[in-house]
Amino acid sequence: MSNLKRNRRIDKGFKYVGIGCTLFGLLMLVIFIGNILIDGLQRIDWDFLTNLPSRKAEKSGILTAWTGTAWILALTAMIAIPLGVAAGIYLEEYGKKNRIAAMVEVNIANLAGVPSIIYGLLGLEVFGRLMNLGASLLAGAFTLAILILPILIVATREALKAVPNTLREASYAMGATKWQTIWHQILPAAGGGILTGIILSLSRAMGETAPLIVIGALAYVPFVPKSPMDEFTVLPMQIFNWVSRPQHEFLVNGAAAIIILLLITFIMNGIAVYLRNKWQKKITW
Amino acid sequence: MKHIEAIDVNAYYGDNHVLKSIDIAIKENTVTAFIGPSGCGKSTFLRTLNRMNDYIESFRLEGKILVEGNDIYKKKVNVEELRQKIGMVFQKPNPFPKSIFENVAYGLRIHGEKDKKKIEEVVEQSLVKAALWSEVKDQLKKSAFGLSGGQQQRLCIARTLAVEPSIILMDEPASALDPISTAKIEELINELKQNYTIIIVTHNMQQASRVSDRTAFFYMGELVEVGKTTDIFTNPSKKQTENYISGRFG
Repeated sequence: MSNLKRNRRIDKGFKYVGIGCTLFGLLMLVIFIGNILIDGLQRIDWDFLTNLPSRKAEKSGILTAWTGTAWILALTAMIAIPLGVAAGIYLEEYGKKNRIAAMVEVNIANLAGVPSIIYGLLGLEVFGRLMNLGASLLAGAFTLAILILPILIVATREALKAVPNTLREASYAMGATKWQTIWHQILPAAGGGILTGIILSLSRAMGETAPLIVIGALAYVPFVPKSPMDEFTVLPMQIFNWVSRPQHEFLVNGAAAIIILLLITFIMNGIAVYLRNKWQKKITW
Repeated sequence: MKHIEAIDVNAYYGDNHVLKSIDIAIKENTVTAFIGPSGCGKSTFLRTLNRMNDYIESFRLEGKILVEGNDIYKKKVNVEELRQKIGMVFQKPNPFPKSIFENVAYGLRIHGEKDKKKIEEVVEQSLVKAALWSEVKDQLKKSAFGLSGGQQQRLCIARTLAVEPSIILMDEPASALDPISTAKIEELINELKQNYTIIIVTHNMQQASRVSDRTAFFYMGELVEVGKTTDIFTNPSKKQTENYISGRFG
């Protein structure tokens, strides 16, 4: 009997420890967001979004930063999505499942964990210098595309793995080729998972600063980029620049820019969750 | 006329010898039932006939399988064309996650049919042949997943009929269905055999005796006996067949 009692006590004890840990995490997040909101919210207005950066904090805006982020996201998406999805499809559907394939799989998973600054160095050498792209948007986009490629490949493969084999067999048995089966059956069924992976990896790319610093993105850009070859800055760089200054007004600017960055990230993740749920409802095996 | 003929077929999964020198000839427009205990090789053999085992990397086949006199394992054979000629219905109904209409139209579309009228015609005909048209004609645009299991299985049969095969392979097509749906499928098989050569794998002995003209008994990768269904069930020539049919093992 005493043993039973003890087991129940442990059970209850663990429950409370778990609640405590969860609350701690939530509390930190609330403090962080609350702090940022108190500091930055009053600074956000139309002018803040449409002004160029300036030496005077109260006149400074994030126009160049968010347009740079938008450019970078669009270019990164254009480069990374076809490469990542195609590689994922090849590895999952076409590639033979032998020892080399297992090695490739482990290495791709490892690549997803390589510190982003290493990708920055790679980008600087290959895209900045060898390909002569300098510190342009294109160099940044290529670098970030390489950075998120492993995440995209893994997400694509997971989504394809979740498609039941009976669907493949049904299509093959109708006389469909592999590509027809992938295009008409597997991709539509795996689309939700792949799309979620794409959005999450892009929101990761959006938050990256280190690799862009390495390839030479500027902190102060007094113009809106007009072509992929222009120099640029992005939101995280602008934030980094502002919060490293001593004047309080710039810190407020930084807090306001963080709110904008967080907002975009939350919206993107929200879309990802929405798409996943919608897709899951549509297809029940 | 011999529609399908297997000559000394041996098959392996890696080192595992799963089919042992199978010889069988199957006539046009007949129903042949493959019976035998689980793991006896009957499904594997069925799947060699439309080369569905090609996707299993360790699978290897020796011997010849002739369909209408042509060796289907020759290098030059177009597998897609072969599978258009030899349709397949699976154990678990596996409609595509599309509308009822698109499920049946799929085969036509992938084989390049663009004519909308023609597609609509074939879809209707196929659903009629599969005895499903009256039940679904008002909901063709709806998802195939909304149908019952039995309806889904008849949809899968309609989908197969749409590409005009001459042979239909059925891998335990009624094992996941209730008795009423099963009866409908069996009825359908009886009707289809006038125009199609049908091979059905089944665990259900009564089903085999009800629907088939000829029965083949597989055991441990060997084809023990094949003959007229009435003979196999009333007067089998091999002891193993008799034991299996009378329920003494398997």
